Amino acid sequence: MLYLIVAVLLAVAAVVCALVVLGVIPHLRLVPDDTKFDFMRFRRISFPISATLSIIAILLYFYHGLNFGIDFVGGTLMEVQEKAGAADLAKMRSTLNGLGLGDVQLQQFGSPDNVLIRIAQQPGGDEAQQAAVRKVRGALGDEVDYRRVEVVGPRVSTELLAYGTIGLMLAIVSILVYLWFRFEWQFALGAMIANVHDLVLTIGFMSVTQVDFDLTSIAALLTILGYSLNDTVVIYDRIREMLRRYKRMSMPELLNISVNSTLSRSIITHVTVTLALLALLLFGGQAIHSFTATMMFGVVLVGTYTSVFIAAPILIYLGVGTSRLATGEPEAEAKTSKARA
Amino acid sequence: MLYFSRWKAVAVLLTAAIVCLCAVPNFFSERTFQSLPHWAQRAVVLGLDLQGGSHILLEVDSAAVRKEKLQSLLDDVRRSLREARIPYTGLAVRGEQVEVRVTNPGNQPQALTKLRELSQPLGGLLSATGQRSLDITDAGGGLIQLRLTDAAITERIRQAVEQSIQIVDRRVNELGTVEPSIQRQGIDRILVQVPGLQDPTRLKELLGKTAKLTFRLVDVSGSLEDALQGRAPPDSEVLYGTAKEGKHPYLIKKQVMVSGEELTDAQPGFDQRTSEPIVSFKFNTSGARRFAQVTQENVGRPFAIVLDNEVISAPVIREPILGGSGQISGSFTVEQANDLAILLRAGALPAPLTIIEERTVGPGLGQDSIAKGKLASYVGAVLVLVFMFVTYGVFGLFANIAVAVNVAMIFGILSLLNATLTLPGIAGVVLTVGIAVDSNVLIYERIREEVRHGRTPITAIDAGFTRALATILDSNITTFIAAAVLFFIGTGPVKGFAVTLGIGIVTTVFTAFTLTRLIVAWWVRMWRPRHVPI
Repeated sequence: MLYLIVAVLLAVAAVVCALVVLGVIPHLRLVPDDTKFDFMRFRRISFPISATLSIIAILLYFYHGLNFGIDFVGGTLMEVQEKAGAADLAKMRSTLNGLGLGDVQLQQFGSPDNVLIRIAQQPGGDEAQQAAVRKVRGALGDEVDYRRVEVVGPRVSTELLAYGTIGLMLAIVSILVYLWFRFEWQFALGAMIANVHDLVLTIGFMSVTQVDFDLTSIAALLTILGYSLNDTVVIYDRIREMLRRYKRMSMPELLNISVNSTLSRSIITHVTVTLALLALLLFGGQAIHSFTATMMFGVVLVGTYTSVFIAAPILIYLGVGTSRLATGEPEAEAKTSKARA
Repeated sequence: MLYFSRWKAVAVLLTAAIVCLCAVPNFFSERTFQSLPHWAQRAVVLGLDLQGGSHILLEVDSAAVRKEKLQSLLDDVRRSLREARIPYTGLAVRGEQVEVRVTNPGNQPQALTKLRELSQPLGGLLSATGQRSLDITDAGGGLIQLRLTDAAITERIRQAVEQSIQIVDRRVNELGTVEPSIQRQGIDRILVQVPGLQDPTRLKELLGKTAKLTFRLVDVSGSLEDALQGRAPPDSEVLYGTAKEGKHPYLIKKQVMVSGEELTDAQPGFDQRTSEPIVSFKFNTSGARRFAQVTQENVGRPFAIVLDNEVISAPVIREPILGGSGQISGSFTVEQANDLAILLRAGALPAPLTIIEERTVGPGLGQDSIAKGKLASYVGAVLVLVFMFVTYGVFGLFANIAVAVNVAMIFGILSLLNATLTLPGIAGVVLTVGIAVDSNVLIYERIREEVRHGRTPITAIDAGFTRALATILDSNITTFIAAAVLFFIGTGPVKGFAVTLGIGIVTTVFTAFTLTRLIVAWWVRMWRPRHVPI
């Protein structure tokens, strides 16, 4: 079935390529030339919406919480495969609940013979976790294949959570410092607001969907951060260029031109990223499912929106370009700078 | 921007080709790979999540190390004062220090001098730091307090970890697995990675035992009943037998006749009469002499073989054992006898090890992950390549060539570094493809714009590259910073992701700045285009 889809896909791809080569269909233009959307006007809608969503996300984090995986709360995760075929979850559940291991969660994972077993952290330190694994192995015996066993002790999980949080903070701060050097401080601040907004919304998404929040989620968050910054930097780069070229243009107009002229690139890049992620999501298997789902949300939905509707317009509020207007440079200088550009 | 001198073009192509070639050994069969010269044996190593295996993080029990160090300090103080014939009382470990009271205050200065000899300079002769192992305080009234300095304890823990690594190494190697890796992590941790190991139960059992073996006499003069009430004679203690024997209590002398350190060999075997599994052992010369002496003096009395404070067996000495060899029988299974022999040969750990993290992946799951990762990568690649071609035509083709070279270079560099490829690592490669494509999109979109602003094809292409490359550099450096942070704070799989992402960004910048430009420059020179077909 899977390979049939792939074969069909390849065939369609080949036909499309052939048509392009023969000149039957012209090059794809997702965005027409010279768009003139008034993105800045949307800030009166997008800012309140983003603020509301961010608050909801923060509330979700505190009142609904994240589904922390064993990496961060400790405990045991086992993926077992029933040798005899489809697994009898009810039977397995009653067997494991009889072991007195506290909270044991079972979940079908991928195919029907695959079961994911989560055992909450056992009281009594690292040795107790190992004892729990021995009990489960003893109870399930040889009827199953142990595809994966992960045991994270209480101290390691605390450290991993601390390192993960420190890592995110460190990444944000070091990127900010870089942007501060490369641009002006307003840009660095704008980028930070935009990116924290992305991370907050993504965490809200993780809270709603209750995907496992583990080490790979930290990797996902950092990648989202990287991509989102990538986008923001591309637009900021253009804004800076425009600021140098048009000294007397009003900020909203200047920002609009900047966003519009990078619009085609934004859309095309996001389509390619979406295609790559889509492949991972559909064919990458269960193990990276939550990772790619999170990335899809963070990069494709939030990242694009943020760079256009938050990162650019916020520069108006941060006072970028006001000093340039206030000093009221002589017309002559503006002309020469225009000519130079 | 579009002009390349001949040598520059050659340098670019050569660099790309060499880096790509580094990925070639990955495609060799195991035999061919082994026949390569050593320096060429570089390939991507599959992570444990892909090839299956066990990852076990152990922690050396530093509290036990500290306790043991204090106990031996106590013994040193006792011996030292006895040698100097200084009477004392109240010698004991109190909290983090050893205390002793000299009975006769007149002996105080002499005792202090004597005890100061116990304090040694740390760090050896060459790297003497001026720090010493003990802080000795005269608390007045004949009371002397000896405290181990932090430096001494750190030093001792360091030694203990190093010894443990050697012993763990010997034990793991006895399992006969392929290329286990044993590394120190942090201050007091040891990471054991065994590829291909499906069930780590036995490995964990081997690692979980300290394997401190002692031969001691059973105290037959004292009363076991009294001892069980908590009134054991001062030089004896109550130890219990194995669970199999019903945890029978024994009263055992504290003094060690011979310890496991004196063993030169231990082998599993079968008892000739009962054909029960046993472990036969050999002492070194001094151990053999001591064992002979003690058994001669104690014929007819029982002695105990104690492993990790558990009495394995307590046979009666029927005749002096003079040959320096003997056997341990303790109703073992064949496997237990085998493991005990391994443990005795490898030696005792200086302190107990605790398993604080375990991750085991069976081979089935690993293969599934590889298959799925491959499929997803191929599908993703095809989708992206086709999309690029459809959007940009011949320039899309250039972009696709650049991306293909990019991926080949990533694997080349990964091979050069003998880096580990994990599942998140594959995800990192796929995402790099996204970033690499973005750099081309940035360039082409800029060229389109410049064309719209009325530039001639060649100046438009030139300006497009100049302007876009500045942006590419900026955006890639930011992503690289994120990857670098991930690399330094991440562990295991996350680190793998950071490695591929980081390398991918470097190769992306390289291909965008050189290869794509070079291809386009050639194309321009060959076709002298009237309009830009983007």
